[in-house]
Amino acid sequence: MTHTPLPAPAIAVRGVGKSYSGVSVLRGIDLDIAPGEVHSLVGENGAGKSTLLKILGGAIRADEGTLSFDGDPVALGNPRDAIAHGISLISQEGALVPALSVLDNVFLARWSHRAGLLRSRADRRRFDELIEVTGFDVDPGARVDGLPIGTQQQVEILRSLARGARVLALDEPTAVLAEHEKANLLALIRRLATGGTTVLLVSHFLDEVLSVADRVTVLRDGELVLTGDAAEQTPGSLVRHMVGRELDVLYPEPAPVPADAPVRLSARGLNRGIVSDVDLEVRAGEVLGIAGLVGSGRTETLRLLFGADAADAGVVSVDGEELTRLTPRRAMDAGIALVPESRKEQGLVMMRSVRENIALASLSSRRAGPFVRPAAERSAVAQVSRSVDIRAARTDAAVETLSGGNQQKALFAKWLSRSPKILLIDEPTRGVDVAAKSQIHHLITELAAGGMAVVCVSSEIEELLALSHRVLVLRHGRPVGTFSRGVDREVVISAAFGDEGEHA
Amino acid sequence: MTVEAAPTTGTPAPSKGEVEQRKGVRVRDYGILAALVAIVVALSLSTDTFLTSGNLVNLLDQVAVVGLLATGATVCIISGVFDLTASATLALSAIIGVLVVQHTNVFVGFVAAVVAGALLGLITGTIVVRSGVNSFIATLATSIIYRGLAVVVTGAAILYPLTEQAEQFGMLTWPSLFGLTSATIVFVVVVGIIAVLIAATTFGRRIYAVGGNAEAARLSGIRVGSVHVSAYMISGICSALAGLILASRAGSAQSSMATGIELTAIAAAVIGGTSILGGEGAVWRGVVGALILTLIGNGFNLLGWDTTYQQVVTGVLILLAVGIDRWLRRRR
Ligand SMILES: Nc1ncnc2c1ncn2[C@@H]1O[C@H](COP(=O)(O)OP(=O)(O)OP(=O)(O)O)[C@@H](O)[C@H]1O
Ligand SMILES: [Mg+2]
Repeated sequence: MTHTPLPAPAIAVRGVGKSYSGVSVLRGIDLDIAPGEVHSLVGENGAGKSTLLKILGGAIRADEGTLSFDGDPVALGNPRDAIAHGISLISQEGALVPALSVLDNVFLARWSHRAGLLRSRADRRRFDELIEVTGFDVDPGARVDGLPIGTQQQVEILRSLARGARVLALDEPTAVLAEHEKANLLALIRRLATGGTTVLLVSHFLDEVLSVADRVTVLRDGELVLTGDAAEQTPGSLVRHMVGRELDVLYPEPAPVPADAPVRLSARGLNRGIVSDVDLEVRAGEVLGIAGLVGSGRTETLRLLFGADAADAGVVSVDGEELTRLTPRRAMDAGIALVPESRKEQGLVMMRSVRENIALASLSSRRAGPFVRPAAERSAVAQVSRSVDIRAARTDAAVETLSGGNQQKALFAKWLSRSPKILLIDEPTRGVDVAAKSQIHHLITELAAGGMAVVCVSSEIEELLALSHRVLVLRHGRPVGTFSRGVDREVVISAAFGDEGEHA
Repeated sequence: MTVEAAPTTGTPAPSKGEVEQRKGVRVRDYGILAALVAIVVALSLSTDTFLTSGNLVNLLDQVAVVGLLATGATVCIISGVFDLTASATLALSAIIGVLVVQHTNVFVGFVAAVVAGALLGLITGTIVVRSGVNSFIATLATSIIYRGLAVVVTGAAILYPLTEQAEQFGMLTWPSLFGLTSATIVFVVVVGIIAVLIAATTFGRRIYAVGGNAEAARLSGIRVGSVHVSAYMISGICSALAGLILASRAGSAQSSMATGIELTAIAAAVIGGTSILGGEGAVWRGVVGALILTLIGNGFNLLGWDTTYQQVVTGVLILLAVGIDRWLRRRR
């Protein structure tokens, strides 16, 4: 395979700036990146990390400043230029063609052909070579839209490598991965770097950044506040540069569930697709965590509880009352809310405003006859936005103009504004910065303390163990154990893997 | 800890930059209005006849039909579907209207036509939602059925109201408030109601959400299917009213009425700046699009230009208007 034909170029960024409709989001960025270096970008949500990466990847054009590779100035602003220079951007949003197979996506627009006819056997061989390099386990024939997000991301990485990327720019690649997948990816990044590929990595996981990066750059409000050797930094020092002050980010301690707390939500014998015979019970004031590997049916279980998919068998009850023919609408009427896994596909209406999105699930609670009450809506949205700290220039701006982490907060806000009795959350802090993450943790703990029943799915095992009163572990869609608070993370992980799995 | 984290930009007083930005967005969003104004100014300067009340009344009378259809098309497109049945629904409901007029009176017949339009919209919508077939194809097929039914019902003949009803049947051409024709008044009132419905009600919010991301809307508890059916019903009502205006003008209805006008309606919606991808747009945009199309035709008449070139010029002007609009919005 020829995925590193040339050494990666030395990248020099000089005075780069970018504004959106008059608002500056990046100013005077000077940055040097050596060939084969793993360089990490960190900063709060909205600091400009993705913007900088997109400028390097040619997805957007900087308003000012220059980029040069090996000393030659280049004018990027077109992804094709960037690809020609060996730069490949894997963005936060994902950019696969949903209806095509894995194989077609990997070689998108670069399919092997002879005289215009496609040669899929040749592609297949190239694919197998890539699989060997990366150690991924991906079915080349699968349609991309049916794959879990983590696997989709692997497909994007395969595509970049297939294009001979010498500079790989990864925007929050680990946000969607489970623990062991993260470890695999970080190992791959190191291997690629050793092979001479430059890797740019944006991440909110500071431990991970420090373990994998050679050098690290901190952005704050569009300005570069630090570039230095990763070895000289600690998570604390990075946070201090990111937010400009000391920050204490300890997990909150959940309030104990009162002994007489009633069962709010229960499910018996849920079945559909991979989900087999899942039973669960959550009491008022309790946080139930669901752990498992990617593909173990965690998301699917939450969707069944909300009626997003119809169960083949099984019953869901709220306060002891069975919900028949469950649909999202009925679930909402019964007081259930679901913060879904994917903000782009299932969560937000991207081109509509932040305000409309947050208001969408609770429209009928603020109306006068058929009319929306704009003033009431504005104040309700402002209030809930403050509780999750959404940083948006204007709530009238399209939600797609928000940074990834702020979109996640908007999604959370949308469901909070319904004041549900039962909150189902799929990856509550995906893409959210350290400070805001801690704020969401405190919020979940407070909501539970106030009597809400919470079911939470998270690939981040620390987060799950810290937030939950109990943890249910799924393996291949089956419950393999429920553990009480204080359980060792290794016990949960091995239950998820299946080394052991009896009750603790 | 982080509860009072860093200055939140949640709801601060707007800074200067922010106000400017807001204005900037405004100007960009209203680019198509500038195109409309430019055409109006050009025609006012180059002819003496454009700014006469006679011509303006005539213009607003002419715009009523396309304007109503463009409104229906806009509502459907915002919600993420197309309605290619518009002109067939127009014909069929006008025909039903005339048949009912013959058996009762003009008023009851007109009401019947509107009810028929709404019911046809209900049927179209149900077909689209239930079949799960792409709306473009499903409504194309349905429109052929409706046209066919129109032929069957009329026996391919022209239908007239009874002789003694003829004068009253023409009532939509009568002058009314401010010297405008009744057709114009119907158009303004109905389109105004629909515009408010889309812009200010919870129903309107649902329309935008469903068109922008149907899955997110469904998971927000919105019944996507009924929203689509409602959009088709609104389109059906608009079609029926447009059909009545045409029938009232012609004094008759027939199965071949207004063939192909659904595409003009969609063009008007898109010229106005409604995204064919759904989730974005506004009723006023459809009206502006209809005005631009009508003005181009009107200008040809007034300037005495050879109408041989009208289609070519119309096409070029549409591309120009849409191109400028796109260019303005792209430059962020
Ligand atoms: N298309 C756009 N239009 C207007 N503003 C935008 C647009 N894209 C990004 N922004 C703004 O630019 C700023 C920086 O965004 P960016 O996506 O680079 O942040 P980020 O550091 O990647 O944050 P996160 O950690 O949340 O992903 C944000 O304030 C965002 O709202
Ligand atoms: Mg980002």
